[in-house]
Amino acid sequence: MIRKEIIALLLAGGQGSRLGVLTKNLAKPAVLYGGKYRIIDFTLSNCINSGIDTIGVLTQYQPLQLNKHIGIGKPWDLDRMNGGVTILAPYMKTERGEWYSGTADAVFQNIHYVDEMNPKYVIILSGDHVYKMNYAKMLEEHKARKADATISVIDVPYEEASRYGIMNTDGEGNIIEFEEKPQNPKSTLASMGIYIFTWELLREYLINDHVKCDSNHDFGRNIIPAMLDDGKKLIAYRFEGYWRDVGTIKTFWESQMNLTERVPDFNMFDPYWRIFSPNPIYPAHFISDTGHVETSVIAEGCMIYGTVRNSVIFPGVTINKDTVVENSIIMSDTLIGANSEIRYTIVGENSVIGNNVKTGEGEFAPSTYNPKVYNCDITVIGSNTVVPNNTVLGKNVVIDNYITPHDFSTNVIPSGGFVMKGDENS
Amino acid sequence: MKSTMGIILTDGMNNRLKELSLERSIAAVPFGGKYRAIDFVLSNMVNSGIINVGVITQYNIRSLMDHLGSGKEWDLDRKNEGLFIFPPYLSEFGTGWYKGTADAMYNNITFLERSDEEYVLIGQGYAIYNMDYTPMLEQHIETGADITVCCRDMSDFSIEDQKRMGIVEFDENKRIYNFMEKPLKPKSSIASMGVYIVKRTFLIDLLQDSVSKGYSEFVTDIILRQLDTLKIYAYMFNGYWRPFSTIQLYYRTNMELLNPKVRQELLMDRRKIFTKVKDEPPAKYNSEAKVRNSIIADGCIIEGEVENSVLFRGVRVMKGAKIKDCLIMQGSEVGPDVDMQYCILDKAVKISAGKVLKGDSEWPLIVGKKVKV
Repeated sequence: MIRKEIIALLLAGGQGSRLGVLTKNLAKPAVLYGGKYRIIDFTLSNCINSGIDTIGVLTQYQPLQLNKHIGIGKPWDLDRMNGGVTILAPYMKTERGEWYSGTADAVFQNIHYVDEMNPKYVIILSGDHVYKMNYAKMLEEHKARKADATISVIDVPYEEASRYGIMNTDGEGNIIEFEEKPQNPKSTLASMGIYIFTWELLREYLINDHVKCDSNHDFGRNIIPAMLDDGKKLIAYRFEGYWRDVGTIKTFWESQMNLTERVPDFNMFDPYWRIFSPNPIYPAHFISDTGHVETSVIAEGCMIYGTVRNSVIFPGVTINKDTVVENSIIMSDTLIGANSEIRYTIVGENSVIGNNVKTGEGEFAPSTYNPKVYNCDITVIGSNTVVPNNTVLGKNVVIDNYITPHDFSTNVIPSGGFVMKGDENS
Repeated sequence: MKSTMGIILTDGMNNRLKELSLERSIAAVPFGGKYRAIDFVLSNMVNSGIINVGVITQYNIRSLMDHLGSGKEWDLDRKNEGLFIFPPYLSEFGTGWYKGTADAMYNNITFLERSDEEYVLIGQGYAIYNMDYTPMLEQHIETGADITVCCRDMSDFSIEDQKRMGIVEFDENKRIYNFMEKPLKPKSSIASMGVYIVKRTFLIDLLQDSVSKGYSEFVTDIILRQLDTLKIYAYMFNGYWRPFSTIQLYYRTNMELLNPKVRQELLMDRRKIFTKVKDEPPAKYNSEAKVRNSIIADGCIIEGEVENSVLFRGVRVMKGAKIKDCLIMQGSEVGPDVDMQYCILDKAVKISAGKVLKGDSEWPLIVGKKVKV
């Protein structure tokens, strides 16, 4: 087997709990994004566009959708004889089975996978972010400066710096200190959770970390500080460009609204950096003579009989006559009835919104369900849900996945209200 | 229909579709925003369970080969069976350039001999339709026919179009007793769709016999000459079917996709039409976009007005441009304030600012591949 210089380990096990019902049944990397993609597509496409053709995807939380999506890696040209994509799920060992208890532990438990590939370097990635990045350039820097570890950083506004892991560097870009979510940040260089390690060294640190009972087995909190303590050469690689953690409903919505602008911050139309994803088998979309679309992104298989403004519409969506969809995200295969007004709403896959439905009505009110997750104007309707005719939803409403008309006790849900499955439904 | 293998005949050299077929076989002509003509017969075969398919090609095969590749989009990249492409070749026994459809099949008789399916379905690469071949095979077996010819009532075509078809007459048992290729005065409106089912071993016999007599065409030399001796039956198909035999039919077929019924039957059926995919982002509409009654593929960016048109992948329509009744193929750019009606733009055409291009509904204006206007 030809030895690979670098392989990628993609951590895709996170729930992304702040996306609420959108990640109730699937992991955050599998959430639909940008009119056609799932969030993990951006990282997978970065890998293949950077020339990395061996990727281990570490799954844990709700992996079904992710497994189906990745398959044998065909859409990314990752169906390879040597390398390609491998799904690495937690597994049973002789004595006991263990979940991945942290990012470093997840990699530790798959040391044998990396050993088999026997690369010189590994790049640790997460499947949670939307960005385009050439990892080959980062590797060049890692090699040129003979680093033990290279951490990709991005300059963030000072006020936001306390939400990130902050790297404090000397004049030459060597990392001298790492602070996780510091109250008074000394720098604005935030870690993007992208690390290149020389495998031999990382392997040693993972084994040492595994036996420490007080460790969280986390790259940011344990491995990096341990390397710093030992005086290893850790360097910061500055990334300039678009990078978003679309981890809250607000950022998830806002960043997609930005895609509809004339010159979006994130360019999906770059022919030299294509974003790959399984292509649904659908014909080109159709705008009828009653349809009107402006400032929007529309995917294949859609049939638009109504009006769409400032919205992102995924494949196979039907929007019926006399309906207006504004400032909304409608995911795959959802049907929106006639004479409805859908505003400031995210609708999940395969749902049905009836006729004469209004959403995003009235003024914002705090969520009576979970204000930590639902705290902006956006109303969220889950997947495989049916919203009956004549329903009126306010702002910041949440409707669960798999809701049927029987679950609605009233056809008016005021702002901040909710319809949830099971006993959560009060 | 695992018991059946498929052969797809693609056309000989012709310029029936004018500039569009100069550099490509008609089977490779783009259609409906993202397809090529051959996708339909190929998807029909796959959807009917035929997984051993040979495509016989001769002229301008590059774009067709490029499109078909390993056949993975049709799930035909198989260890056994799958997709085979047969361009002409030279050998001691072969006859070189294919002289006709029968000759072409005869040259690839090894493919027929090495396969083990009981029946062969022969189809054409130039027609647009969504059909399950299973009932046709059932009828073929039931009637004990030697050859079953798929036919259709062509009343929805003009007499001129019908004159270009193979018109058939059959008795109450559907046995064909008259078959006129391109008649001056069609005696009926029933015509052959160029789709045949025949037993594999029998086809081998027919081809060997015919070529030894110096014949080369499947229809004129095999079917027509043996109408009395062979049991040749018609199977009637009643669905939507359009051959790309003239530029008018090509244009009309694309435009008919704007009809919801046609689109439903052809493209939204549970029997899906597969094609080679490109990884384009979804289409983007800017604030000035006005699109009505049109089909728009992925990767388009629209800032102008589009009406009654079909836009293929990656088309750019700039501000102030007005496009009506047009077909615009992959990667073409329509500049600001361009005014176009009844035009067909081949791939990667650039129309610069302010140009006015008007064709006629019967004679759409064709702008060839990569032309800059």
